[in-house]
Amino acid sequence: MVQITYTDAKGTARTVNGEVGSTVMETAIKNSIPGIDAECGGACSCATCHVYVDEAFLPLVGAPEQAEEDMLDFAFDVRKNSRLSCQIKVTEALEGLRVTTPTKQG
Amino acid sequence: MTQGQIEEVIHTDALIVGAGPVGLFAVFELGLLDIRAHLVDILPKIGGQCSELYPEKPIYDIPGFPLITGQGLVDNLMKQIEPFHPQFHLGEMVVELETLGTPDAPLFRVRTDAGKVFEAKAVLIAAGGGSFQPKKPPIAGIDTYEGASVFYAVRKMEAMRGKRIMIVGGGDSALDWTLNLKPLAERITLVHRRDAFRAAPHSVNAMREWVADKQMDLLIGQVTELKGENGILSAAVVKGEDGSLHEVACDALMPFFGLTMKLGPIADWGLGLHENLVPADTAKFETNVPGIFAIGDINTYPGKLKLILSGFHEAALAAQKVHRYVYPDKKLSFQYTTSSTSLQKKLGVS
Ligand SMILES: Cc1cc2nc3c(=O)[nH]c(=O)nc-3n(C[C@H](O)[C@H](O)[C@H](O)COP(=O)(O)OP(=O)(O)OC[C@H]3O[C@@H](n4cnc5c(N)ncnc54)[C@H](O)[C@@H]3O)c2cc1C
Ligand code: FES
Repeated sequence: MVQITYTDAKGTARTVNGEVGSTVMETAIKNSIPGIDAECGGACSCATCHVYVDEAFLPLVGAPEQAEEDMLDFAFDVRKNSRLSCQIKVTEALEGLRVTTPTKQG
Repeated sequence: MTQGQIEEVIHTDALIVGAGPVGLFAVFELGLLDIRAHLVDILPKIGGQCSELYPEKPIYDIPGFPLITGQGLVDNLMKQIEPFHPQFHLGEMVVELETLGTPDAPLFRVRTDAGKVFEAKAVLIAAGGGSFQPKKPPIAGIDTYEGASVFYAVRKMEAMRGKRIMIVGGGDSALDWTLNLKPLAERITLVHRRDAFRAAPHSVNAMREWVADKQMDLLIGQVTELKGENGILSAAVVKGEDGSLHEVACDALMPFFGLTMKLGPIADWGLGLHENLVPADTAKFETNVPGIFAIGDINTYPGKLKLILSGFHEAALAAQKVHRYVYPDKKLSFQYTTSSTSLQKKLGVS
């Protein structure tokens, strides 16, 4: 189990346990974290699972692949640390991961 | 509609709202029972979520197909329903549903936003997660400009003549409109969050040539603020990658951020919605209004699974009850497509 903290646009933080091998989006949905819609269920085809990754974790999380970068065009207020959470796999290395959800998903 | 004009009404046995996989398979089940159907979908293409959201992705749980892509399934369904000659009305949203008949002999008048009118003995709502509609960017006050200065689609190009237009996005919609409106517009500014475009290379090249030629502008960044008065836009503020702010004078803004599903007009049809879903019984998938059915992702009942295969089952059962309304005097006997010569005749395989 890997601890992940989701902070919403208003600043409320929620910490939950994510299973290694699942995704940051799946962990959010399983734990009813608000601010992540995931309309397409993780197929990288809706951009409603957009999160900002805490700067400290950026090198560990890595850069998005081409398909994700393209899909990020459909998200709002995209920043340098923007990722689609369905494309981030939970690994041991991400212990303590912090992400923030944007004001609006879809 | 001006007074005195006679509305042309399209008469059909069944009207299907939504041309997703479930609406398509309903054509098959209805067709086997000699029930003709028209389908309406707001998308310009057939296939609902399968072709809009995941055409290339594999589906693993369609019975009999260990693997089939979203588009592959839609193509197969189209082939399967071909013998029944369904009539499609694409790019139109069903907006009104009026009850004309009685509970024993239902009749409905249905209207689309393009002004088409249907009269149907049964209506099958196969609207999935709702109609696909453009995503609206969360820019403060954007709704006050919608209609007059902010557009998600253009119905009449001429209305854009002489305007300073800002187009936002990096896909085919954004680039196509850039190319189409360029000859008409006073000035075009294309805004995209990064200097890479998903659109077809030839349109991207054309755009880049114009930019090099100073015939239009390209800004890398995101729109953060709109300026104007009384719903009329005068400028938009674009925040660049480095955080710098650029105010660009413009009369029209066209954002292209893809589509999202919104329930839309179905909410107003008196169907007793439960959490934006239409409750249906599980014997015939009829709603609280006799003659109106709800099948596929749009319906809800105890145990509902939002799967394509559930929708197919629902379509088959709904068709049985639709038959009672369309042919009140005919008795239905159960038949297999494998062995029934009459069914095979309908399918054109006998
Ligand atoms: C990424 C992804 C993967 C999936 N994978 C699977 C899978 O592996 N297996 C599986 O079984 N299911 C899967 N699904 C779910 C499956 O796609 C849906 O269950 C299925 O599409 C539902 O079909 P439908 O015909 O009910 O609705 P939809 O496919 O949603 O089609 C409804 C159509 O109705 C139209 N519409 C709605 N309202 C109106 C209106 N008022 N006027 C005009 N048109 C209207 C819409 O524009 C839409 O085109 C997946 C979904 C997604 C997003
Ligand atoms: S859940 Fe749809 S893109 Fe991530």
